[in-house]
Formats: sequence, C-alpha cells, structure tokens
Amino acid sequence: MTLEDKKQEIIEDFAIYDEWLDKYEYLIELGKSLEPFPEEKKTDDHLIKGCQSRVWLDAEKKDGRLWFKADSDAIITKGIISLLISVYSGRTPEEIAADDFGFVAEIGLKENLSPTRANGLVSMIDTIKKIAENG
Amino acid sequence: MSISEIRAKFPILDTKVYGKSLVYLDNAASAQRPVSVVRRWEQLVNSENANIHRAVHKLAADATEAYEQARDCVRDFINAASREEIVFTSGATASINLVAFSFGEAFIKPGDEVIVSVAEHHSNIVPWQMLCQRKNAVLKVLDIRENGELAIDELEKLISQRTKIVAISHISNVLGLVNPVQEIVRFCHSKNVPVLVDGAQGIVHETVDVQALDCDFYAFSGHKIYAATGTGVLYGKKRWLDQMPPYMGGGEMIHSVSFAGTTYAPLPGKFEAGTQNFNAVPTLIPAIEFVKACRSSQEVEEEQAKILDYVYTKLTNDNRVTLYGVPRGNKVPLFSFAVKGVHHEDLALILDKMGIATRSGQMCAEPLMDRLGVTGLLRISFAPYNTLDEARYFIECLHKAIGMLL
Repeated sequence: MTLEDKKQEIIEDFAIYDEWLDKYEYLIELGKSLEPFPEEKKTDDHLIKGCQSRVWLDAEKKDGRLWFKADSDAIITKGIISLLISVYSGRTPEEIAADDFGFVAEIGLKENLSPTRANGLVSMIDTIKKIAENG
Repeated sequence: MSISEIRAKFPILDTKVYGKSLVYLDNAASAQRPVSVVRRWEQLVNSENANIHRAVHKLAADATEAYEQARDCVRDFINAASREEIVFTSGATASINLVAFSFGEAFIKPGDEVIVSVAEHHSNIVPWQMLCQRKNAVLKVLDIRENGELAIDELEKLISQRTKIVAISHISNVLGLVNPVQEIVRFCHSKNVPVLVDGAQGIVHETVDVQALDCDFYAFSGHKIYAATGTGVLYGKKRWLDQMPPYMGGGEMIHSVSFAGTTYAPLPGKFEAGTQNFNAVPTLIPAIEFVKACRSSQEVEEEQAKILDYVYTKLTNDNRVTLYGVPRGNKVPLFSFAVKGVHHEDLALILDKMGIATRSGQMCAEPLMDRLGVTGLLRISFAPYNTLDEARYFIECLHKAIGMLL
C-alpha cells in the first residue's frame, strides 16, 4: 500500500467515530496492541522526553527502508505512535522526508500534537523526520 | 452571595467544550475572571488609559489614582503596615525573583545559605538557585514527611549561622496543604533569619495578615485571585526593602539621574522600573472585593467544605488512587493524585473530552515529583464558583476514564 493510501485508510477508519471518547477507545486499543518495545532499548538514547508522556523510539534501516519501533508510558500517545508506525515504518527515507505528517491533524488529533502540550509525540514526529532526512 | 449568583458573574462557566458543559478544575493554575474585573479592565483601557505618575493631564491623573488606589486596597487586604511595603510586579514569580536578586545583592556572601523546601514550585526554587550560583552560596532543602507535611522539625538542623533567608510556600501547589508558616517564621526569627512566603496558592485559600504572620516577604499573583493577568504583588517589610538595591533600572524608579551618579526613588517606586501594567493593576480592586464577598458567604464556605470532604473521601477510599498531601486538617480543595497503572496525561485527555479541565504533569515542581517517585500527577483545584455537583461529576468521569484505560 502506498503512503498516501495508508494515510487515507486511517483517515477513513477514524471518520466512523463521531464521539471523542470512541476515538480514544480506538486509540487505547491500538496502544495496547502495539508490538512490544525491547526493554533493553529503553535508554536515554532512545528517550524523547516530553513534558508529560515519555516516548521511546528506535529506527533501523534495512534494504533502503526505515523500520520504526516505539513505546510510551501514556496509552493514548502509544495509540497515536502505533498509527504513525503503521504509516511510516517500511518506507524509504525520501518518502518520509517528503511527507508533511498532516494526516494526524486530519483525524482530529491535532491538539495532541500542539507544541504547547510539549508532549513526546511532537518530538517523536520531529525525530522521525530528522532520521528520514539524514537517510 | 449565593453560588448561583457567583456563577452568574463568570460568563466563561457557560462555555461548552466538545459539546459538554465546562467544569473548570484548574483554578490553581489560573482562576477565571468575574465581569466586575473585566468591566473595570475595559473601562481603564477605554476611559482612563495614560501612563502613570508623570504627565499632568487629566487622563494621567485618573490612571495614576486608579493604580495607587489598588496599592491601598492590597495593603488593606493583607494588612501591611504601610503602602510603601506593597510593590507591584508581573506576578508571584517576578516578586520572588526581585527578592532573590535584590536581597541577594545586599545580604548574600560566598558560603552563605538559603533554605527552600522540596515541595516548592519552580518559581520558588530557580531564582534562589540562580542567586546561589551568582554568589557562591549554598541552597539547602527542607524535606517533607511521607504524608506530604513539611518536616519542620528538621529545620532546626538545617538552619545555621550562615543561613540568610528561608523561602517557603504558604500552600504547596501540588500537595494542597497549608504549611505552618507562622511557626516557621517564629522559629526562623528566633535565629535572626528572615522568611519569604510564596503565597501564590496561600492568598487564594487563606486570609493573610502579614503583620500577624510577621513574614518578611509575601509574594502572590493577581490572576489566581480573579484579577487581570500580569499583575502581582510583593509585600516586603520596609526595613528590608529600604536596604535592598533596585532590581531593574529605568524610568519611574529614579529620583535623579546624571552620569555622575543616580539616586533612586523612595519606596515602592524604587522597585517599579519602567511602564507599569496600569490597565491591569486596578482590577485587583474588584477582584479583592470578590474574594472578600466569597469569604463572607456562608453558602460558599459550606459548599467548599462539602466538596473538600466529598472528594477527599472518594479519593482516599479508592485503592487504585494515591493522594499526595494527606493530612485532612490542613487540606484545601486542591488534590493531586496518581492512579495505579494509568498515566496522568491519559486521564487528563479523557476528562477534557468530558468537559473537565484538569492539570496533569509535574505541576512546575519537578524536585517534588522526584521526591514522591512519580513522573507526574493529575491535579484538580476548586474555586468558589465550583459546586458539589461538579465534584460528583468529576468523580463519576474519573471512574469512567480509569475504566477505559485499565
């Protein structure tokens, strides 16, 4: 599936929820089912410290593509991480670097990304971008 | 004044968030403003706007009078001995920075000591750290007991010949406990050590009489007691303020300026350099009137007591919840807690969607979070416009949110 198709799929998945709490229920489920992050990699090198939630991110490059693993101590953040990974993991650095990450706002999670919240998620997106830009 | 009358004074309380009625429980961060404050603010901008203390024209005279009336009003509110002891600042943080700088310049030498508690807001830690760095002085930390109370018995061991000032909050912005500041002041004075009280939360919940308290400095912000943002007060005993050099140089704070040397204005002007927040400071008058009206309302007092009792009981009886700041006797309706297995940010996000504004995170008290062994907490803080029904709704929503997350 192309990057655009994948984003569209997520936007459509979210469109069925009118209620905020249903959106959160969905994210919480996604968060709970996120592939476990290796405990030994929960080091300061991988930590993206936010004001409230902490996020750990690890990137690996294989066959010219970037593969991400991540975790958070907050479950809603973890749910959003899971979305981001499903969209960006396995893409080429060029594809990721060219993307605007706007779909997160499109599914109504913009406030979770507001820099004023200073949470780990904003920094996580910045870090994914940087990793992609550095190839 | 009834609670419904009070609520009618705050149009923002009718706001809908995500289609739900707003329940504002983040009052410890900033209170809302009543219409009396907003109207006065508007009036000052529309009809009395001119720079103060200078020009001879009518508007300037009106603006100056409004500003200086606010000083008299604050003096009366906290029972300071004289209006010279009331310095206007931009908030409690600015007030503490002023003391840390100016008192530090006058009295702190290398090797001297400053004492703060582990439960302070960053605003009552960092200015002292900066001072200690600047002067090669030592910052010492008073601990808390397991229940959140200050370990005041340890103060005796901590205080020494080198201790030059003790800075302590009246009420911790996390623990919601009234500290025994009078006792602390008495003890410190017996060792000839002055005390600064960070009253950012204290002024909200307690009737403050700085002469009875006998503290040397008392700092608070206007926006937490319903006045315009960007207003703040530093009370300082005249004998200290007289000995302290100015914090900032500029207009207003001078008596005479020449390149041969400058002399400073008498108190309180010496500490009010530059153009003051003259559109906002006079809103302290209607704000203080509102605080006084709330304090004299039996209905408010009873409702606040019910809220305190209800929330306290619910939180302490829930074995998933850990409340920090436990002693019931000196608790104000400000609760910070953790829920086992649940992140505070998740709770705050879900509660927000239910219409409830809470605070989550470290609450500008990272050393206290470390001391408690948590990465953050959820905090709710009540004001006189909050009702027991809102407290009940909060508890109901908290249960729902925990259910979703566990």
